[in-house]
Amino acid sequence: MSAMLVILILVLLGGPALFIIFAIGIYNALIRLRNQVENAWSQIDVQLKRRHDLIPNLVETAKGYMKHERDTFEAITNARSKAMGANTVSDASKAEGALGEALSKFMLVVENYPDLKANQNFLSLQEELTSTENKISFARQSYNDQVLFYNNKIQMFPSNIVAGMFKFVKRDFFEIEIAAEREVPKVSF
Amino acid sequence: MWELIRANKRSSIVLMVLMAVVLMLLGFVIGMAFFGAEGGFFGLIIATAIWLVLTLISFSSGDQILLAASKAKPVTHDVHPQLFNIVEEMKIAAGLPAMPKIYIINDPAPNAFATGRSPKSASVAVTAGLLGRLNRDELQGVIAHEISHIVHRDILFITLAGIMLGSIVLLSQVFLRGMFYSSMGSRRRYSSGGKGGGQAQLVMMIVAIVAAILAPIMAYLLYFALSRRREYLADAGGARLTRYPEGLASALEKIANDPSPQLASVNKVTAPMYIANPFKKKKQRKLSDLTSTHPPISERVKILRNMSQGASFKDYSDAFTNITHKKTVVPVAALTKEDIALREADVRAKKEQRTENQMRQVGDIMRRVNQFIFLTCACGLKLKIPPNFKSKKVDCPRCRKTLDLPS
Repeated sequence: MSAMLVILILVLLGGPALFIIFAIGIYNALIRLRNQVENAWSQIDVQLKRRHDLIPNLVETAKGYMKHERDTFEAITNARSKAMGANTVSDASKAEGALGEALSKFMLVVENYPDLKANQNFLSLQEELTSTENKISFARQSYNDQVLFYNNKIQMFPSNIVAGMFKFVKRDFFEIEIAAEREVPKVSF
Repeated sequence: MWELIRANKRSSIVLMVLMAVVLMLLGFVIGMAFFGAEGGFFGLIIATAIWLVLTLISFSSGDQILLAASKAKPVTHDVHPQLFNIVEEMKIAAGLPAMPKIYIINDPAPNAFATGRSPKSASVAVTAGLLGRLNRDELQGVIAHEISHIVHRDILFITLAGIMLGSIVLLSQVFLRGMFYSSMGSRRRYSSGGKGGGQAQLVMMIVAIVAAILAPIMAYLLYFALSRRREYLADAGGARLTRYPEGLASALEKIANDPSPQLASVNKVTAPMYIANPFKKKKQRKLSDLTSTHPPISERVKILRNMSQGASFKDYSDAFTNITHKKTVVPVAALTKEDIALREADVRAKKEQRTENQMRQVGDIMRRVNQFIFLTCACGLKLKIPPNFKSKKVDCPRCRKTLDLPS
């Protein structure tokens, strides 16, 4: 009789204890995944800011060679200040899209200036710009990857129980609103 | 992705245990051959001790030893901005927690490898020949392959398994050489007057010799089998990171068709680390066989070029079965359906490359790494002065003007 009692107590105590241990593990995994999502998101911002910082240098270097392209420069500078001043996420993504478009147009125009293309300073700026554009698109790609892992974890059994208890919510994928930004900008030389 | 990493970790552990069993058996048998029945455990302890010491060394500074052995030099952003940018792009794409350290090896043979303990402390090394021959997309493909090795936790496995293999080879070599020399002298030393154990000891001796010959071969085969698999997986991971399998494919093709002599500082244990087999063979093998460290490059290129649907592991796996007609190398757990579109080539990559010019630039990079001083004379000639140049002044070879060296 006493043996039965001991088993009963063990089951009553052990079941919840086991559940709590598993729940802690799952909770920590969820937190880690959510932090990775946040981190990937901030990485996009870092790269966008880098692009903003590069533009004044680029324009300054190119201006001396491209005397008759005032419109192009104006378009870039305007798009940049609009992108930097954007407050909401949808505004920012529209403005960044426009900036990307203005930059790829600029890079097409550069084709007509062989002197500029031979300038060492410009060449290194151009490599930095290409790389920054790549980094932006890879950061978006990585963000979407992380969101996928996170959403999968939230929806799958048994982690969905813990996610429901602590109100982990699904995150949205990054979708590009402007068609031109959908592709990796082609900076051509 | 996590499923793949977990599957990789599991197969690494299985291999390590198998190799550990081989090592301990070898130690046991050698011990018995030398010291009789009770010596078996003594041999086992010695074998384990050798392995433990080597593993501790490799865990604390294995990557540094490997990099030093391959004569790799650490570089900064100014030396090769493009390489740095590409590594950072792939670091972002893979979501690595830290930027890998970057090294350049001064060797004309195009090749690359990654090493380190964990994604937090990893290193990537490329040869000067690779930088000189590949365009941006191709270099990105190669770096993506290396970063995938880091993400898949192959770097630690290669180091630890390499050390285990090294211990087995070391033990059997010492034993076989010891046998060879001692057989020229007195034989009685070993059958040390036991209670009629001479006969049994002789049998043990023969068993030990056979074991010492077979054990390294067994260990090599195990190691190579897994390293070939990991190469395929890193190709798949690289294609997934860049969304552009053609970059890696054409890079591998260039590496395979390169005429320069094989990498100078490389050996059999470090060979599986590289993106392509650093040993050049006279005859290119068509099929992968048991003794090769890498799958045949032509096959890897074909698989990558067969990925027309997308860049996910599933797409790679389909292409793999299409080309090789074998069971897929990708663990089942990693085969979830992902919709990953391919991207187009960087426009510059399509234009013809001026390889000669690129090679000269790489030469300059190596000189900068080796602390050469660069001077431009008034006549436009560029002087590259080696670090051991003693004099404070130098004459320009073209216009005879005397230039001061900056100190």
